[in-house]
Amino acid sequence: MDVQRKLEILADAAKYDASCASSGTEKRDSSDRKGMGSTAPGMGICHSYAPDGRCISLLKVLLTNACNYDCLYCVNRASSNVPRARFTVEEVVKLTLDFYRRNYIEGLFLSSGIIRSPDYTMEQVVGVARKLREEHHFRGYIHLKTIPEADDALITEAGKYADRLSINIEMPEETSLQQFAPEKDVRAIRRTMGRLRLKLDEAEENRVAKTKARPQRFAPAGQSTQMIVGADSASDHTILHTSSNLYGSYKLRRVYYSAFSPIPDASRALPLVQPPLLREHRLYQADWLMRYYGFDVGEIVDDSAMLPLDIDPKLAWALRHRDRFPLDINRASREELLRVPGFGTKAVERIIATRRTTTIRLADLARLHVPRNKALPFIVLSDHRPSPHRLDAAGLIERFKPKATQLGFGF
Amino acid sequence: MQYITLDTETDFDGWRKAARSLALHHVQPADVAWTVQGRDADLFAPQAPSPILAVNEGTFNVSGKFVDLARTAILHRDPERFAILYRLLWRLKDNHDLMDVAIDPDVAQVAAMAKGVRRDEHKMHAFVRFREIGRERAAHFVAWFEPEHHIVELAAPFFAKRFADMPWSILTPDLSAHWDGLALSFTPGVNKSEAPSEDRLEETWRRYYASIFNPARLKVKAMQKEMPKKYWRNLPEASIIRPLIEDAERMTGAMIANAATDPHKPQKRPEAPMIHTTAADDLEALREETAHCRACPLYKDATQTVFGEGPKHANIMLVGEQPGDKEDLAGHPFVGPAGQMLDRALEEAGVDRKKVYVTNAVKHFKFVPRGKIRLHQKPNTPEIKACRPWFEREVSAIQPGLIVAMGATAAQSVFGKITPIGKTRGRLIDLPEGRKALVTVHPSYLLRLPDPEAKALEYQRFVDDLKIAAGLQKKAARAA
Repeated sequence: MDVQRKLEILADAAKYDASCASSGTEKRDSSDRKGMGSTAPGMGICHSYAPDGRCISLLKVLLTNACNYDCLYCVNRASSNVPRARFTVEEVVKLTLDFYRRNYIEGLFLSSGIIRSPDYTMEQVVGVARKLREEHHFRGYIHLKTIPEADDALITEAGKYADRLSINIEMPEETSLQQFAPEKDVRAIRRTMGRLRLKLDEAEENRVAKTKARPQRFAPAGQSTQMIVGADSASDHTILHTSSNLYGSYKLRRVYYSAFSPIPDASRALPLVQPPLLREHRLYQADWLMRYYGFDVGEIVDDSAMLPLDIDPKLAWALRHRDRFPLDINRASREELLRVPGFGTKAVERIIATRRTTTIRLADLARLHVPRNKALPFIVLSDHRPSPHRLDAAGLIERFKPKATQLGFGF
Repeated sequence: MQYITLDTETDFDGWRKAARSLALHHVQPADVAWTVQGRDADLFAPQAPSPILAVNEGTFNVSGKFVDLARTAILHRDPERFAILYRLLWRLKDNHDLMDVAIDPDVAQVAAMAKGVRRDEHKMHAFVRFREIGRERAAHFVAWFEPEHHIVELAAPFFAKRFADMPWSILTPDLSAHWDGLALSFTPGVNKSEAPSEDRLEETWRRYYASIFNPARLKVKAMQKEMPKKYWRNLPEASIIRPLIEDAERMTGAMIANAATDPHKPQKRPEAPMIHTTAADDLEALREETAHCRACPLYKDATQTVFGEGPKHANIMLVGEQPGDKEDLAGHPFVGPAGQMLDRALEEAGVDRKKVYVTNAVKHFKFVPRGKIRLHQKPNTPEIKACRPWFEREVSAIQPGLIVAMGATAAQSVFGKITPIGKTRGRLIDLPEGRKALVTVHPSYLLRLPDPEAKALEYQRFVDDLKIAAGLQKKAARAA
């Protein structure tokens, strides 16, 4: 089998992992002329976009899609009849360097099916990173999938070469993981995430303490995970509760939500429908509210335990808490401003800086990049005060729902 | 009217020098006409440079924020940018805080121009595609790119630092950048026909692009928002975007419609791992059993069961409340801050830590997540009760002579009922089977005391309590 064909099979096998970030790592470049590559620590770089709207930043492949495990939702499960392939270490290294040299990618995201044993698989994955870093002095971004329960020395070595490590939690609930992925063990996954966090904390402490000995490098872009949405019956509340727990426990940089999507040769035990993309989008919005806007899980989801699909979660929260509005944005605190529908973190900073010297008026909203229609019923400006009737009206929600489009004329 | 001619489209230093002189001479923004060398000259413009520029004395302060923003915004392709920047500078002289007023039209316009330039630079970093000329050692990598603004000089150092080990050129209609392995150089812009038209890796790259695309989640608008069509003509992968979109629905339909096939061959199943039910001793079996405990809901949010540790026939057993954040991650008791406090106190009291068995009344960490941290929560009575059988079985496996209960939760577990610490601490209490109990505070209580004096006092009381244990340990050692 030629490398091109292997690439097709092993990229196809890797695409259900949503993560493609190349951000948040340390600053590196090759100005010492010893090798090639650099990082873009701030926001990362997306070198292309596929028609699914997803960024292509890293060469995202599996080392092999042969797998001992039989996880129902996975395209690579042992009982599937998809074609199988396996890269050699040299093939992945060469592809990475060749693509990188042409500026197609920021680096490599390498994962693998579980073959022989967790340690054997992890050793293979680490081997690629080792060769890239030690032999080719590759300074680009490397994301390695960590195999739960892999030996501690292998994990330490993975962290030495990788920018980011990740282990997928896969399902929001332990019971659904048992049902869909009988060989996977959520306890083993969490234990390994815990081990990663201790190593991340230790590396961080050493960096801060600036000890004389050069601190052991460990995954400067931290760890992340992914949860599949819509394969089991877990509610949004359950999903977000799990995320909040994972963020707090293991200091994850990101929890990725991946709408379960039909796969080739799919198991009949799963809902083979169009992936719930809008639900996935709402979960990301809710995730942002938890991380950057000071919301708790309990505030984001109402008693129905599901996020509304027609309006965003912050707007839904505001509509449930109309007694807190309208808010005078020339006076409100940062915490309050962050809860106004349509106000992003940057807009809030702009408002706070601006109002120190001048009063904000209705005409200024556009220059603050605030969507007028969404924010107006909830805010007071020096020349705008929403009518109390309007804020209390039952029909207020209609204002925000997407306009129904006329599908056709009846004759 | 003052006519200013700048050397190039990106001549920030020239603009800065001219603007400073103009402002010092109180020349109103409306009275300045800006142009660049080589652009169609204004019919009325004089041939010689303005005499004002010759006089270069004095200075005035403006916000550093303005200088940074102007340096970027001047690379915008809008021919009015020099005038807009001068107008903003003029207004800044009398209003030092103006840069913070995001709603000011001039500030907003300059910020928007700078943002456009930054975005264009970012897209250049992303969408430049090198093509190889020659092979191996003689290879030279050449790209063709069409930037929206005057960003070639801004963006070039990024490529020099990234591709330091290969000679490359980025050709554009405005300006071309070159790296020979040692230094950057710039030459005038060229025509697209001078750039190579293909590369041997492009077919492989297109196959990758097609394979990484998931046809079941078509989101063309999201793609175009980040990768607008204007860039497509210079991206090798863009030629297959249309066929991929057209085929997506058919492929998804097929995936949904086709039933899963039966496996060709019996799949090799990994052998179930051997569970050592015949563990060498009771304690190991007990440890394995507690790892799967579901007796109360605390296991759900915790990482793992944290079982006790120490010699299996220890004479002294220390009991804490529950594992903390660090103990939960590491899977070992008393390894966090409270553990360090305990170690120190044990040493001071003369207790040999290696001969002591340490455990907790509740074996899962109870907490509420608050952003990036986990706030400790006190276990309640049902949780303590649910966990008590494990503690009792630990006691019968170890058979300690003395059990030290640290804190109220531990005391509740040791005595099987709520036991106030104040009334019981610091003396030996009889337990069944000839065992003794000693009650003291939990070391984390000492950590929480805000007053240093009270802290020192309480710490000493804690050490004194532990000295009772030390006395027993020595007695037991002599007896043995």
